Amino acid sequence: MAAQGQAIDALSQFTLTPALGVVGSSVNFTQANLFMVIAGLLTIGMLVLGAKPRAIVPGRLQALAELAYENILKMCTDQIGPEGRSYFPFVFTLFFFVLMGNLLGMLPWAFTYTSHIAVTMALALLVITVVTVVALRIHGLHFFSYFFPPGAPKALAPLIIPVEVISYLSRPLSLSVRLFANMVAGHVMLKVFATFVVMMAGAGTIGVIGAAAPLALNVILIGFEFLVAFLQAYVFAILTCIYLHDSVHLH
Amino acid sequence: MLRPMTFPLGKLALGGAATAALLAGMGAAHTALAAAAAGEKKGGMPQLDFANPLTISQVVWLAIIFFVLYLLLSRWALPQVGAVLEMRANRIQADLQAAHAAKASADAAVAELTAATREAQATAQAEINTAVTAATQAAAAQAASLNARLEKQLAEAEQRIAAARASAMGALRNVATDTASAVVTRLVGAAPASASVEQAVDAALAARRG
Repeated sequence: MAAQGQAIDALSQFTLTPALGVVGSSVNFTQANLFMVIAGLLTIGMLVLGAKPRAIVPGRLQALAELAYENILKMCTDQIGPEGRSYFPFVFTLFFFVLMGNLLGMLPWAFTYTSHIAVTMALALLVITVVTVVALRIHGLHFFSYFFPPGAPKALAPLIIPVEVISYLSRPLSLSVRLFANMVAGHVMLKVFATFVVMMAGAGTIGVIGAAAPLALNVILIGFEFLVAFLQAYVFAILTCIYLHDSVHLH
Repeated sequence: MLRPMTFPLGKLALGGAATAALLAGMGAAHTALAAAAAGEKKGGMPQLDFANPLTISQVVWLAIIFFVLYLLLSRWALPQVGAVLEMRANRIQADLQAAHAAKASADAAVAELTAATREAQATAQAEINTAVTAATQAAAAQAASLNARLEKQLAEAEQRIAAARASAMGALRNVATDTASAVVTRLVGAAPASASVEQAVDAALAARRG
C-alpha cells in the first residue's frame, strides 16, 4: 500500500466502499454492513450449531455457546438483579455485535465496523434510548427523581441537577467514543508500524535488519489488540448493564 | 481526536432532527479536504467524512441488521442454548432426587435393621430375665421347703431331747433318793423317812438347777 517514499497512510483503511457489487452500491450497502452480517451469522451459528448436539457433557462448540450464554446472563443478573433476565437478549446481542466486529477487524482485509463513530454512536444512542424507555416504563415520571439523589441538601439542587443531567447525557458520548477511539487507535498503530516495516525493508540490508523492531512491536500489538477487542466489548456490555440497573432501581 | 468529540456533542445538543443539517455542514467543510485528499495524503478521518453517503447509510443498515440479529437471537438462537442448559439442570436435579431417594430408602433399611436387632436383643434379654427369675424363685422355694423340713426335724429333735432329759431327770431323782436313803441308812443305821429324803433331794436338785 504505502509504497516507499510516500507518507504513511494509516486512515484509508477506514474508508467505506460499497459491497456486494451493483446491488450493494444501489442501496449504499457498505463493506461495514457486510461485516455486520458476517458477525451476526457467526454469532447465530455459534449458538445454533453449539446447541444442536444437546449433549449432557458438552463438546467444544457447545461449551463455547453455553459459556457465552451463561456469562452474559450472569453479568445481567449480577449487575441488574433478578430483573436482568428480561434484558439478557439485548445485552447479549450488543456484546456479540461489538465483540465480533472487533475480532473480525483483526483479520487481514477485514473491515472493523466498530472503528466508525457513526456506528458506535448509533449503538450508544440505542443503549441510552432503551435505558431511558425502560426507566420511564417502570417508574413513570418518578424517573426524573433520578437526577436528584435522595438525602442531598435541597439547597444544592440547582447545582446537582444540571450535573446529574449532564452526566446522564454524556453516557452515550463516553460509551461510543471509548469504543471508537480504542479501535481506531489500535488499527492506526498497527498500520503505522506495518508501514515502517515495508518502508525499512525497501531501504537495503540495514533496513531489513532494522525492520525487525517494528515487526516485533506489531506482533505484540496484535496480541494487545485481541485483548482490547474483548475488553471493549465487555466494557460496552457491562456499562449497558450498569445503566439498566440504574433505570430499573433508580440510584 | 477532537473532531469525533464535537460531532456527538452536536448531535446530543441539537437532537436527531438537526443532525442532518449539522452533518451537511460538516460534510461541506470536509468536501474541500476530501476533494484535495481524494487520491492520497491527509484526507482526514474517513469516519468523519459525512459527505460520503455511505457514512450514514451504514448506520441505516446497522439498524436493520442489529434489529434482525436481535430478533433472531432472542426468539430463535438463545432459547435453544437456554433449553440445553435447562435440560442439563433438570437432568442433574432428577439424578440428585434419585440419589436422595436411594439414600432415604437405604437409611430406612438401616433403621429397620437396627430396630429389628434392638427388638431381638430386647426379647432375648426379657427371656433371660424370665428364666433367671424363674430359676431364682425355684431355688428360693426349694431352699424354703428344705429349711421348713429342717426346722421341723430340729423341733422334733429338740422335743425328743427335752423328753429324754425330763425322763432322765426323773430317773436321776429316784437314783438320788435311793442313794441318799442308802447312804443315810449306812451312816445312821436306820432308814430315814422317805418324805424328808425326797424333800432334801428336790432341794438339792433345785439348787443345782438354779
